[in-house]
Amino acid sequence: MKLWKSWVIASKDFSVFRKKKSVIYSVILIPLLMSIFLPFIIGSSGVNGSGLSIAEFTSLLNSFSFFFVILAASLTTVIASYSLIGEKIEKSIEPLLATPTTDKEILLGKSFAAFLPPILSIYIGLGIFMVLIDKMTYNTLGYFYYPNWNIAIIIVLVAPLASILSVELGVILSSRVNDVRAAQQLGQLIIIPFFGIYILGEIGYISLGINSLLVISVLMLVIDVILFYISTLTFRREDILTKWK
Amino acid sequence: MERVDEIMIDVENLTKKFGDVTAVDEVTFHVNEGEVFGFLGPNGAGKTTTVRMLSCLISKTSGDARIAGYDISNTNDSLKIRKLIGLVPDNVGLYEELSAYKNLDFYGKLYECNKTQRKENIEHFLRMLGLWEKRDVAAGAFSKGMKQKIAIARALIHEPEILFLDEPTVNLDPESSKMVRDFIMELKKEKKTIFLNTHNLDEAQKICDKIGILNTKLMATGTPEELEGSVWGNKTVIQLEQVNDMILDELNKLSLKKIIFDNNKLTIDVVNPKKENPLIVAAIVRAGGQVQYVTELSPTLEDAYLKFVR
Repeated sequence: MKLWKSWVIASKDFSVFRKKKSVIYSVILIPLLMSIFLPFIIGSSGVNGSGLSIAEFTSLLNSFSFFFVILAASLTTVIASYSLIGEKIEKSIEPLLATPTTDKEILLGKSFAAFLPPILSIYIGLGIFMVLIDKMTYNTLGYFYYPNWNIAIIIVLVAPLASILSVELGVILSSRVNDVRAAQQLGQLIIIPFFGIYILGEIGYISLGINSLLVISVLMLVIDVILFYISTLTFRREDILTKWK
Repeated sequence: MERVDEIMIDVENLTKKFGDVTAVDEVTFHVNEGEVFGFLGPNGAGKTTTVRMLSCLISKTSGDARIAGYDISNTNDSLKIRKLIGLVPDNVGLYEELSAYKNLDFYGKLYECNKTQRKENIEHFLRMLGLWEKRDVAAGAFSKGMKQKIAIARALIHEPEILFLDEPTVNLDPESSKMVRDFIMELKKEKKTIFLNTHNLDEAQKICDKIGILNTKLMATGTPEELEGSVWGNKTVIQLEQVNDMILDELNKLSLKKIIFDNNKLTIDVVNPKKENPLIVAAIVRAGGQVQYVTELSPTLEDAYLKFVR
């Protein structure tokens, strides 16, 4: 397998995305707005002096940081839809498949293209979020809350695994759907379980601490492996040309 | 010593089934190096399926096919085959947001051309197509004909030995079709082996050295002239003022293959019109007949096509 070929395919997709304003806005603006909006809630709700215990307060911060996992899953779906279904709609998939590249090289290239922009944007958003939260909570906590192990697990494991899950789902959806919007809408269903986890964290049913995040990561890893297997079965030249709708 | 042309596309009993449906049924043909082979057939005849099998995009069900000696069913050979061929599918499939230059450069990279080769070939083809000045314009802004020409350039960027063209002029206006046809003729002069799928008979006649008529099965192959001749031989039509027995007796002495007369018009099967027509006219005049006009009736490729696909 020639990784550079996958990178050539991904780079081409990046050039295409740069011309699509809706993609740019979604991928850059949403994490940026979240990184400002969430600390703004903390700052404006007067949590510092609201009487919440330190434990409750840090639990709230953990839940907020989990928002970026939801975003990682959601934004990747947007890109994956354009990357694969866009290629199918514009009929550019056949000449691409006719080149001396393997199915895996193309799939990996498409995955890079769908994975990297949202995850980089999420990382930048998380960086701003951490700086602003630290600035707003230092007086209450007496120390900088971020960086900590929680956010490290989110950055290194949970967000990337959620993003990979979206890429794989995007590949599988691409074989069944013929419209970018339909794929995006269906793909957004992926956020339901993540949102469920967030709600459970918010109502205090589970704690989104280190242990929970590690358990979530292991579960996602298992699902990612299963979906990877299914997506490689789906992404076969002959099936793409003859069976994909 | 006579040069023996190398067989570039060698197909033996190639079959493709999709479930119970047979798309291509035991097709056998070969295409020599530098030859332009046209595949004629109605929609759904299996032309695109055949090209896709030969381009290693889909698998065969049975039979054999070799491209420049490489087996299409061998996984290791399929990448080598894809390097050797260029494919222009029935939909151009350009990246509309990217410029003509970037579209070609992307494919040049995937075909493993080095930077210098890419630069030289992109400039060569875009200049040849008259698009060099518009190299930085997004492909989406081009006309259908221009897009088709870029798609052909894309297939040639790595200087393939064989070019597969699937309906290259379909949906194009006459001017754009001519532009594309002229470009294919240029490639023919460069001795590229070209496999052309089309249902444009005029195009096939103008461009192809050899034609195969496909209707799931390969109904016939040959040069355009051979296919035309296979429908019927040449016919000579002679309009007389009056046909009588003396004229017919005189014509029967010439041992002609077949004579039909209707309303003082004779339709005579001839093998060699240039040699036989003067003899026929002389016989008629000898018998006192008065010739009003003589025309030659030759079968067309359309006649051959309709004969084989009906």
